[in-house]
Parts: sequence; C-alpha cells; structure tokens
Amino acid sequence: MQTSRLLEIWVGFFIALGLLALLFLALQVSNLAEFTPDQKSYKLTARFENIGALRVRAPVSIAGVTIGRVSHIGYDQQSYQAVVEMQIEPAYSRLPVDTSASILTSGLLGEQYVGLSPGGADEYLKDGDPLELTQSAFVLEQMISRFLFSKAEGEGAAKTGSAKGSDGAGE
Amino acid sequence: MLDFLQIPGRITLNSLRKLGRANLFMLHVLAGMPELLRRPGLVVNQLHSLGVLTLLLVSVSGFFVGMVLGLQGFNVLSDFGAEQTLGVMVAASLVRELGPVVTALLFSGRAGSALTAEIGLMKATDQLSGMEMMAVDPLWRIVAPRFIAGCLSLPLLASVFSVVGVFGGYFVGVRLLGVDEGAFWAQMHARIDFYDDILNGVIKSLVFGVVVTWIAVFEGYDAIPTAEGVSRATTRSVVYSAFAVLGWDFILTALMFGDT
Repeated sequence: MQTSRLLEIWVGFFIALGLLALLFLALQVSNLAEFTPDQKSYKLTARFENIGALRVRAPVSIAGVTIGRVSHIGYDQQSYQAVVEMQIEPAYSRLPVDTSASILTSGLLGEQYVGLSPGGADEYLKDGDPLELTQSAFVLEQMISRFLFSKAEGEGAAKTGSAKGSDGAGE
Repeated sequence: MLDFLQIPGRITLNSLRKLGRANLFMLHVLAGMPELLRRPGLVVNQLHSLGVLTLLLVSVSGFFVGMVLGLQGFNVLSDFGAEQTLGVMVAASLVRELGPVVTALLFSGRAGSALTAEIGLMKATDQLSGMEMMAVDPLWRIVAPRFIAGCLSLPLLASVFSVVGVFGGYFVGVRLLGVDEGAFWAQMHARIDFYDDILNGVIKSLVFGVVVTWIAVFEGYDAIPTAEGVSRATTRSVVYSAFAVLGWDFILTALMFGDT
C-alpha cells in the first residue's frame, strides 16, 4: 500500500510539474497575458502616410508606458492612407483631444510601435475618436537617400566625384 | 529475371502487411479505451514508469541544450550587436522545434525501448496468451494503459524540457555572458506568440507522443517471440521512432509555420 501511495504522489508531482511548465510558457515566455483585449478598452484610430513595418498587436505607448495595443491595420483607398485602430486600456482614459501619434522604433533593430504624445486641450478622447496629428514611420532608406541627396547638393555640381564617393560609403 | 522482380515486390507487400497490422492493432486498442475508465490505476502505474522516470533525463538534457543555445546564439547575435534578442532565439527554437523533437527522441530511447522489450518479453514468455486463456484481452489490459500514458507524458515532458531549456539559456546568456536581464525576458515575452508558437509546439509533442508510443507498443506486440526477436524489435522501435519523429516534424512544421 505504501509503495502505491508513493507512486501516486510521484505521478501527481509529474503532472503538476508538466502543467506548471505549460503555464509558465503561456504566461512568462509568450505574450498571452498581455494582449487579452479587455471588454472595457476603448478604441482610437489614426491615419498615417506610411506605417513602415508596424504590425497588429504592436504596443501603443505614452511616455514609454504601454497603454494599449494596435488592434487592426487597414488601408483607405480614398485618401491613400493607412488606418490604424488601437485598443487603449480603460485606466488610461485621460488623453487630450489634440494628442499626436507617431510610429517609432525601439532601438535600431527593434519592433515598431505607436508612440502617443499628449497635447494641452481640456477635453479628452472618447471611444472611436480619430487622432488628427500623426507622424509617419521613419524609413531608413528614405533618410539615407535624403541625406546623400542634400550632401551631394551642398558640395555642388563642380565636384561630382566626391558625391559618388560618399554614395559608395553610404551603401 | 523474375526472381529479380520478386524481391522488391515481397518487401513492399511485407511492409504494407505490417502497416495494416499496425492499424488494426491500434483500432483494437482504441476500442478498449472505455474499459480503461474503470481501471484508471493502470494508467497511473504507467505514467510513473514512462513519465516520472524520464523526467530527470529530460530536465538535465533540456538544461544543457538551453545552455548550448545560449552560447551559440550569443556568439552569432553579438556579431550583429543583437544580443538582446538572445531570449527570443532560445525560447523560439526550444518551443517550436527542439522541445518536442529532442524530448520525443529521448523518450523513445528511455521509455519506448523499455515498452517494446517489456511487451515483447511478455509475448515470448507466453504471458499474453496466458491472459487470453483467462478471457482477459491483453491489448486492453496491457497495451491500452501504456499507450495512453505515453501520449499524456510526452507533451508534459516537452513543456518541462522547454522551460528548463529557457532557464539554461538564461543562465548562460544573462549570468555568464552578461546579456541584459530585462531585455532577455521582455523581448521573449513580446515576440513569442501563445497560439503560433506554444500551442503548435504542444500539438507537435502530442503527435510525437502518439507516434512514438504506437511504434513502441506495436513493435513489442509484433515481435518474434524469441530472445533475438525481442532484441531486434527493440532496435527497430528506436530506429523507426526516430525516423517517424523527424519526418512528421518536417510535415508539421511545413503545415504550421510554412505560410508565414
């Protein structure tokens, strides 16, 4: 009887350990705990010229604190703009109406996220409101080409050779 | 000339016959499942010998695999200045591939071979026919609880393997090589998806559990009842399990992660 009891305890321990491991994977390793959309969360929309590599479920943060997630990304055929819908947690309901949204990158190689910077208005955004002030994603290629272009312009048409040289260095 | 044609024909027919026997065998075992609900103690016994006794092997191997991943990943990632994503790399490779696959291979070596030898030896010593004489179906009494216990154990073992492996990677990456602790966990947290990565890994290990245990119990039951037959069956059980696990892993990976 004693051995059978010990055996059952070991099996119980094994199953509990396995399930705990699964729970750990779900909560600590994966993002399950983070994006369970709250029923009471409210929605904001923003239009961007270019969203870069922004994806659904990317964080929405204000002053570096994550307050919500991107819930949907669409494209408006009329205005040729990307429409980004964001679910904001209900605890952060005091966002002024002139809050601006920009698409930022965490680190040089990191993920892209939506950064909000609050304005100074007295009224607060409600469910479904659009954000009027937006700034597009930082696209590295455009920046490099703009930089090279301005550099080539500054050095003038006389020395085309050095412009080519900086072109080669930029690649 | 005709003899020349006969050989491949015989090999094909033999393997088809064996496949057919394996399927009928499995149907018979599955038909015995309701019977098991009245004797859950049988499954508990097998969970002990298949699951609990493999736990130590799986945890130790998981820790070492995680440490190697941490070391190798750090060397490659630091060339690009991306050590911070070490956690993502370790966790993704463990949860998606190494956890289910390596656990299944270890399981077939530690528990599958024991299953085959046990059942083969029961057959060789006429214990199975003895049971039939007493009107006890050996497939239900002997094979069904072992099969269920194997299918249940492998996903649990694979989860333990992945978690221990993540800590192994954490130990090497953060403690020894100095990756930032916050970045290690936060990047992992943000980039590993529950449904895409973890659930698919669990599904994989469930499939491997069925495949490995099926092969092990069938090879034992189908063994030639002599000492040599049992030893051959044990070898075949491990070899076929390894092939089946790696083959199915490719198919499942193509189905799960192929389109993204």
